[in-house]
Amino acid sequence: MPAGWEYAPAPESRDIVTLEERYGLFIGGELVDPRSGEYFPTLNPGTEEQLAEVAQAGPQDVDAAVGAARGAYDNGWSSISPAERAKYLFRIARILQERSREFAVLESMNGGKPIRESRDVDLPLAAAHFFYYAGWADKLEYAFPNRRPRSIGVAGQIIPWNFPLLMLAWKIAPALAAGNTVVLKPAETTPLTALLFADVVRQAELPPGVVNIITGDGRAGAELVKHEGVDKIAFTGSTEVGKAIQRELAGTGKKLTLELGGKAANIVFDDAALDQAVEGIVNGIYFNQGHVCCAGSRLLVQESIYEPLIAKLKRRLTTLRLGDPLDKNTDIGAINSKQQLDKITELVAAGEEEGAEIYQPPCRLPEKGYWFAPTVFTNVAQSYRIAQEEIFGPVLSVLTFRTPDEAVEKANNTAYGLSAGVWTEKGSRILSMAQKLQAGVIWANTFNRFDPTSPFGGFKESGFGREGGLHGLEPYLDLGESEVRGG
Amino acid sequence: MAKAPALPTGFELPLEPRLPRIGSVDQVAVEERAASLARRSIKKDAKIFALDLAVRMMDLTTLEGQDTPGKIAALASKAIRPDPADTSVPSVAAICVYPNLVPAAVERVRGSSVKVASVATAFPSGQAPTHLKVAEVREVVEMGADEVDMVIDRGAFLSGRYAKVYDEIVQVKEACGEAHLKVILEVSELGTYDNVRRASLLSMAAGADFIKTSTGKLPGAATLPVTLVMLEAIRDVHDETGRKVGMKPAGGIRQSKQAVQYLVQLYETLGAEWLTPDLYRLGASTLLNDVLMQIRKEKTGRYQSPDYFTVD
Repeated sequence: MPAGWEYAPAPESRDIVTLEERYGLFIGGELVDPRSGEYFPTLNPGTEEQLAEVAQAGPQDVDAAVGAARGAYDNGWSSISPAERAKYLFRIARILQERSREFAVLESMNGGKPIRESRDVDLPLAAAHFFYYAGWADKLEYAFPNRRPRSIGVAGQIIPWNFPLLMLAWKIAPALAAGNTVVLKPAETTPLTALLFADVVRQAELPPGVVNIITGDGRAGAELVKHEGVDKIAFTGSTEVGKAIQRELAGTGKKLTLELGGKAANIVFDDAALDQAVEGIVNGIYFNQGHVCCAGSRLLVQESIYEPLIAKLKRRLTTLRLGDPLDKNTDIGAINSKQQLDKITELVAAGEEEGAEIYQPPCRLPEKGYWFAPTVFTNVAQSYRIAQEEIFGPVLSVLTFRTPDEAVEKANNTAYGLSAGVWTEKGSRILSMAQKLQAGVIWANTFNRFDPTSPFGGFKESGFGREGGLHGLEPYLDLGESEVRGG
Repeated sequence: MAKAPALPTGFELPLEPRLPRIGSVDQVAVEERAASLARRSIKKDAKIFALDLAVRMMDLTTLEGQDTPGKIAALASKAIRPDPADTSVPSVAAICVYPNLVPAAVERVRGSSVKVASVATAFPSGQAPTHLKVAEVREVVEMGADEVDMVIDRGAFLSGRYAKVYDEIVQVKEACGEAHLKVILEVSELGTYDNVRRASLLSMAAGADFIKTSTGKLPGAATLPVTLVMLEAIRDVHDETGRKVGMKPAGGIRQSKQAVQYLVQLYETLGAEWLTPDLYRLGASTLLNDVLMQIRKEKTGRYQSPDYFTVD
């Protein structure tokens, strides 16, 4: 038998990225030193090497950022012609495309995701979001006929670490298109592409203060949420923090949208194209190391195809390449942080303890950095923690079902309701499942597919409000009373 | 979905209870997977490994009305020693010719490792009576062909007469004797990936040693997704029966980069066991010189003019 074929390392060069030793806060169009005086290190999770120091925004800094956003809103942004707003957004989209390699490399360095994904998914989608919402900026009256869409003011936006730049785009593009100004806080562990985006904002000559970026841990986010000058909060992150934000905002009149956790069911019927379903399962849970709120973390397999499907899945896992996120052949990168690695490790241990059967393909984990092998749990009962709790890691729990009704019942039996997947050759079954599944997004014969024109958001503890598409404009607009226009 | 025909003993379709149907292929997803595999970045030693393998797996082909013994002589020399300037470059696997040229080919490759493959069964259309096809196969084997590349009867397949297609392959296989049988599906005439999968399983069940995409006589011959569909069918047959069937994409593979993409797809679908000319061939007429040029470039760090590689 011939020897295997070792692919030579094919790393993307990191020379394209220039990092400062220390970053301030982006307020009023300038990177300024934090009044808090505090900084903290930001790491490369693949190597644990420090990439830079970033500022911890304190109450005064948040106040300054909100003040800058308010000033920019009052002094022009809310009243310039919508077509002008569109021009800025188109410009940002084009700059993102031009600088996409730089952003992709930095995203992989700071977040640990494979360059293949940051290059082929995160960056193209981020640019596409700006292009898409740029198109709406001067057509809001047509988007909401017989309403009077008006901007609402200053939006406070808090984003997670799993898709740092893409989530920034999801937040900033519709907010600006609708005529608002923003204060955005990137996640504690992944601030660098947001700070590089500050450079894009300057390059696009956006008026100072329209976009402000403050870095820091949860304290900075909490300050932003409770700041009186903020008219709307948009949060993407954990259900726990989302609930705290909702409590904080109750009675304040601030608008709120939450995009929280998920525990999506990926349902495979026995007539599905099996090899392609396996690809969908892999893409559903191992994409971005499973750090995806809509990840297909619960696989529901029709019992009649359980054995061949699981055999195919396990074999496919042996071909996944785990390692250097900057290597162009890497499929599975680094876990985003020590904290997240600990959480995954704890839940996986709980799964084994509860009696589920664990499978991990043989793979060498690098010594430095945060890593977790792709994992499949079989013999999982609905009551196990790994079937109930969001793991947010490369860990799949497999359950079986016998009939479509049972599949629906099990799929909906969760506190979450963000996404679901259905695999079948039968079109009528896709439609009937889509009606019965309680999830904001339902994919048929595909998974984790995103498009700026398509609304995204959840039911139940997965949050409320939609991002993307026409629906994604609503949270950033006051639609006023309906009016009847006529002669 | 139509069921496979009743089978004579000795041959099995993957019809075990757990895979009760032929199964289907999702077009969008299979094309996406093939595109994603094609983005692997193969460099340095890994690339040299692939290029060397590509030469060893090549079926150097000439299938023209104007083929002559002289042309075959040139092709055979090239097959045996592809790069006279670099003796470390291996011979190709086989030369693939029309029946009339088999004697010339056999004569010219004698004493080398290069095999002679002959197309047969009213190639390329397959539109002839079965007994004539079988007789043709018998004859090319008698003339010394080591391998027979037959075409399936697409007319029968597309009109749902699967048993006719199946029986014909069984008879041809029998006529082959010791010669290896490659069954050409002519995928661009089959229209859907579902049909390609069905034809693949049918051919393997009927006794194919290899399944092959195309005659090379039509546009839109081998593609990465269609080859992936066939590799997945081969994998299913191996899972079910333990039998290893070979694969031959043919037609439209002209550049080294493509050859490497095909090999990556093979490696990541069927594993290291299939990385051998016994189980994988690349059917091509113009690919070889590009591969030679890339090998020279990897070894010397410089590209050389095409004039330094023989045109045969």
